[in-house]
Amino acid sequence: MDLGFALTQALSQAIGVTAIIYLLATMGLNIQFGYAGLLNFGQVAFVAVGSYTIGACVMTVAPAITSWWPSAESYILWIAIPLALLVSLLLSLLLGIPTLRLRADYLAIVTIATGEIFRLVVKSIEPLGGVQGISGKIGANFYALNPFPDVDRVELGLVTYTRSDIWVVVVGWIVIGLLLLLTWALMRSPWGRSLRGIREDEDAVLALGKNTYLRKMQALILGGLFGTMAGIFWVVAKQSVQPDSFVPDFTFFCYTILILGGVARVLGPLIGTIIFWFLLVFTEQTLITAVESGTIGFLELTQVGPIRFILVGVALMLLMIFRPQWILGDRKELALDAR
Amino acid sequence: MPGEVAAAAQAALAVVSPEPGATKPDSILVADSVSRHFGGLTAVDVAHLEVQRSSITALIGPNGAGKSTLFNLLTGFDNADTGNWTYEGASVTNMPSYKLARKGMVRTFQLTKSLSRLTVLDNMRLGATGQKGERMGAAILPFIWRGQEKAITEQAMALLERFNLAAKSADFAGALSGGQRKLLEMARALMLKPNLIMLDEPMAGVNPALKQSLLDHIRDIREEGTTVMFVEHDMDMVRDVSDWVVVMAQGKVIAEGTPRSVMGNQAVIDAYLGAHHDRNLTASGESLTQGGNS
Repeated sequence: MDLGFALTQALSQAIGVTAIIYLLATMGLNIQFGYAGLLNFGQVAFVAVGSYTIGACVMTVAPAITSWWPSAESYILWIAIPLALLVSLLLSLLLGIPTLRLRADYLAIVTIATGEIFRLVVKSIEPLGGVQGISGKIGANFYALNPFPDVDRVELGLVTYTRSDIWVVVVGWIVIGLLLLLTWALMRSPWGRSLRGIREDEDAVLALGKNTYLRKMQALILGGLFGTMAGIFWVVAKQSVQPDSFVPDFTFFCYTILILGGVARVLGPLIGTIIFWFLLVFTEQTLITAVESGTIGFLELTQVGPIRFILVGVALMLLMIFRPQWILGDRKELALDAR
Repeated sequence: MPGEVAAAAQAALAVVSPEPGATKPDSILVADSVSRHFGGLTAVDVAHLEVQRSSITALIGPNGAGKSTLFNLLTGFDNADTGNWTYEGASVTNMPSYKLARKGMVRTFQLTKSLSRLTVLDNMRLGATGQKGERMGAAILPFIWRGQEKAITEQAMALLERFNLAAKSADFAGALSGGQRKLLEMARALMLKPNLIMLDEPMAGVNPALKQSLLDHIRDIREEGTTVMFVEHDMDMVRDVSDWVVVMAQGKVIAEGTPRSVMGNQAVIDAYLGAHHDRNLTASGESLTQGGNS
């Protein structure tokens, strides 16, 4: 039984493309839920907005406008990205304007519904690909800039990636680094302090002369933009987008990651994502190896997928019991929640 | 030993006639026909109310009299059905609470709202108004707000020192005792440099020793020129600290006056104890309780 392969696979995935997508979405949730106390259960909608705006612009809009702008297809991605962020901002306003004046629960209800509405509506819109979704060379503009040598797999120490994946991973981590820096700078400022105040008790902060509505809206928009960045990476990396990728589970995985790493900690989502994906892939690969080599005789290969979630779930529960503040949390701070 | 400001306020109020809706010589807050209904219930129906500048005005009344609701209305935490009110001569009717707070009309809450998972110092610093670093764009550029932050921290530490909380400045506010939280909330409100501070039951759940210190703080606040209005059930405190007492019952102001005149007012006694409390319940005049001789 070769655990080395399982280990390198797990490491590659823990800092790979999927991890980047989840990390970006979770960083957005950290701003909304962790710092501002906004219960956004529809982060997946912001991710979907990113993927679909890019997909539709590149595959549908660009070919349609080449007649009056011949080089549209060479630049379309760079126009689609700011457009996706703009749509994300509009979505935040749409969700926030009616709900942020109300109690926190209303935002939770509205966001979880929005995620599902978005998925189901997109399924029946033909220009957006319907059930099939959109696929093609969506990331072509991005991959054209790939500086890595033209080989099948790029090895970096313990981890290996395909040539296109390594380009996504490198750019992804640069973007994440910058956004973590932005989060840190914002959250140590008086603005971040007022957000944390709103999380604790909005009325108290109102009574101190702060426009809490505005700040909650800013947090919702910023967190949504992070989610949309995740969607942009998703569609560029996978070069396809299907409506059924955007199920509510996505948001709940993000919450798991967030709580695992530490809520309202700048590096919480980072650590949570790496551990979560490492555990998930490591258990999967180990089980596959064990089943294939006959070490485990009572499992079929097809059962490995669900079993790994059970095992990871047990591991998370044990962590919750023995280290309730998770990785980066502060036990003293957590104890204050009990009252 | 009353200070100069206290003596001036008491002298000004001495000439005011003790009747509901009395006009004061120098009012910081004037409210007219303020009402609030919850379904069929009229929670507040105040015809006229004035609060004398630099006075300590107590708002008392039995449970359900509408005191807290009136507070919520005047401070923008609830919307009035009718009425208008002015603060410092300008209309602030139904103005959002955060704008009122910026203008210097600051309130505290009956159930203390300390921000548990912020440190005591951060609680205080949050109170300062006009912070440049609270604008999202400026927040990422520390050189814009660092100087101001330093001044705010000094102001906060000075207040914490005064309220005996300086040693706790790095602790989470949630780790403070109930009494300390009352102190923190009062100190935090002072960070806004208020002209009118409205305290909703500042003494609720506070031990007698701390009560005395809270009373001293309230006197000090007034001595700095700040007008204090508070809701309270503790009659000793009301008698001790206030210059003027407003009594509410069933949503209306039923009496006003100096503490001494109000405590002897028949309408007030009736409101608290019932209009027929001194009469026997049986037609024949016999008392229901053994040995009762009212």
